Amino acid sequence: MDLNFTEADQAFRQEVIEFLNAELPTDMSRRVHADLPVSKEDTEFWHAVLHKRGWLTYNWPKSFGGVGWSPVQQFIFEEECAAAGAPRILPFGLKMLAPVLMAFGSKEQQEHWLPRMCDGTDWWCQGYSEPGSGSDLASLKTTAVKQGDHYVINGQKTWTTLGQYANMIFCLVRTDSDCKPQAGISFILVDLATPGIEMRPIRTLDGGQEVNEVFFTDVRVPVSNLVGEENKGWTYAKYLLAHERNGIANVGISGQKLARLKRLSLTQKRGGKPLAEDPLFAARLARLEIELRNLETTNLRVLDGFSKGAGPGPESSMLKIIGSELEQNFDDLTRRALGRQAQAHTPEVFEPGYNGPQVAPQDMANQSAAYFNKRKVSIYGGSNEIQKNIITKMILGL
Amino acid sequence: MDFQPTEERRMLADMIGKFIQNDYPLKARLTAGTEALGYCPKAYSTMAQLGLIGALFDEEVGGFGGSGFDIATVFTELGKGLVLEPLNDTALTTGYILAQTDQLKLVDQIILGKKRVALGLIENGADYDWSAPETLAQQTGAQWQLNGQKTCVKFAHGADGLIVSAQTPSAPGISLFLIEASAAGLVEHPFQTVDGGNACEITLRNTPARLLGVEGQAYPLIDAAAARATLALCAEALGLMERIKDMTIDYMRTRKQFGSVLGKFQALQHRVAQMLLEIEQAKSAVINAANDLQAPTDERNRAISAAKYSIGRIGCAVAEEAIQLHGGIGMTWEYDLGHFAKRLVMIDHEWGDQDYHLMRFAQS
Repeated sequence: MDLNFTEADQAFRQEVIEFLNAELPTDMSRRVHADLPVSKEDTEFWHAVLHKRGWLTYNWPKSFGGVGWSPVQQFIFEEECAAAGAPRILPFGLKMLAPVLMAFGSKEQQEHWLPRMCDGTDWWCQGYSEPGSGSDLASLKTTAVKQGDHYVINGQKTWTTLGQYANMIFCLVRTDSDCKPQAGISFILVDLATPGIEMRPIRTLDGGQEVNEVFFTDVRVPVSNLVGEENKGWTYAKYLLAHERNGIANVGISGQKLARLKRLSLTQKRGGKPLAEDPLFAARLARLEIELRNLETTNLRVLDGFSKGAGPGPESSMLKIIGSELEQNFDDLTRRALGRQAQAHTPEVFEPGYNGPQVAPQDMANQSAAYFNKRKVSIYGGSNEIQKNIITKMILGL
Repeated sequence: MDFQPTEERRMLADMIGKFIQNDYPLKARLTAGTEALGYCPKAYSTMAQLGLIGALFDEEVGGFGGSGFDIATVFTELGKGLVLEPLNDTALTTGYILAQTDQLKLVDQIILGKKRVALGLIENGADYDWSAPETLAQQTGAQWQLNGQKTCVKFAHGADGLIVSAQTPSAPGISLFLIEASAAGLVEHPFQTVDGGNACEITLRNTPARLLGVEGQAYPLIDAAAARATLALCAEALGLMERIKDMTIDYMRTRKQFGSVLGKFQALQHRVAQMLLEIEQAKSAVINAANDLQAPTDERNRAISAAKYSIGRIGCAVAEEAIQLHGGIGMTWEYDLGHFAKRLVMIDHEWGDQDYHLMRFAQS
């Protein structure tokens, strides 16, 4: 057993750091560190920078234009990007749809759609959940009926993240109702400009707007947009979810939050002394740091398994549960560190030319809203309860 | 021993419940929370007319209640309705200080809802400790003038006056001063709070003020006022939790997944059962604190800290668990739960969080 990164890995880390130092604008990393809502401009800018360097598709296999990094190198890249405050790569196209197209799409689909997600032509969003089908995704009711060379789609999708910026959506739709629910689902790609689609914003409890509901009324989609075989969509969806959960331990992001919290605890005062000297706070912080160290190794152990050919599997569920709860706990403790200042909701301090009061330290001005917003991470991508079901079934065999 | 509320308090609770049901829709509350004052003056005035503020004060000072159980009754009901109005911030706490320093005319106006007085103690917003203000009060002739700043002063915008703590050159210890809203050199910067509402950053520059009580002797008075404010917060949190629990149970009874209502899944049943027993513990903590509000200082403060610690720990857990059990719908602005959860978590950020009170209890 050897827990050290190899010399090559360390040199690689240095290369990533140098790239980030040179290419990531300071104001952009400031917005990311402050947990402000994701902007279209920042995402598109950063995608273009990564694309130019060839790193946007860092987790794609070489045969599809990836860089061929090992899982450990991918981990290092994610960790350094998070530490630097780089905008997150939008996962819907590059990390979710792309693996499905590579595994199950036609050659034409691969050649058409994959380059477009790299050069920024398409912004993808996800059409999975429905009002009546959340955790029980297989019960989805949106239908696609074949009429000649088109499918006609009717129904409603919800929790569509950043759909307001998207021009394309990949959907799970019902193509057969006379069978086991899982056996009648298909995976289809829909142009959001097609007549009959309406996207409505859902305001979240923190006042933000990043999710949407999407209504489909007699939406005609070419048959050529079906991915793989009709009624095999559930298999593809499960494949996609396993990939989605792969990077979801978010070790890099939690590591960055730990560093930020340590800095904050030196300047915040409690009982007239630095918060870092408050024994109860110090114990809370220590617990999270220990959890993070443990998770880092758990994550690397799972990645090591993947690199030896195991492929994303139910272990991803483990990483998702621990990673999401840890990220939430960092946001929780950061909120606590702010004391009375946590009450302030003053995102306006980030606007150019702002000269009003600054209640919390500036990069913390959106922190309480972010804490409430991050309650989502244990709900989305298959709630942590669903992940436990998967572990129970697939790993424990119960 | 009798754990039943008195007939009077039951009627008071019913009346508040009816007021909320008929005249205090959540939508209006959410709108008021984002407007300049951060609350709804009309509702505040109606609540004063209904006697909700009077119930917080002794007969001696013009009220008809004032005990720990009166305060707990009012604020538990206000919590159930997610009432935004600043009864705690600009009536209960400052009214008590004014009553103890013989400002009974102003207390009358507060009880009638005609005047509001805010309270500024904290200067470093990260800290819950109010015992060592740096704001300086100096006397020239009969006139006091204040220099300094106060942070996160809740609902100070639009208030008729402001009570602040300060040190004076001639006496050790803290003193309290009353400042008119129109006083020279008083500058306020209002901002929104994340739970809907308003607070101010305040600076004082040669601001004229009136000394309340005895110079340098305000510590026990602030401590007693803080006990009332903290009890009110704990009671409010209890009301919020009761409603959150009801919403969660309702959702478990109606939301279907995997061919069954959520409430039929044992793993989820146990989590709601856990929520219920935690809330029962919180309720007992509030009862203890209400009972000990009139007890000797040390005993009172132990009960208050026990309650605030319990509420802080349980409140955050209940807020987070309820959102998780609801799933996506619990994350939305349109669904009531999120707003209750935000207020419940933010209660841990007023008058000392759970760690602050755990330590105070341990050291007492």
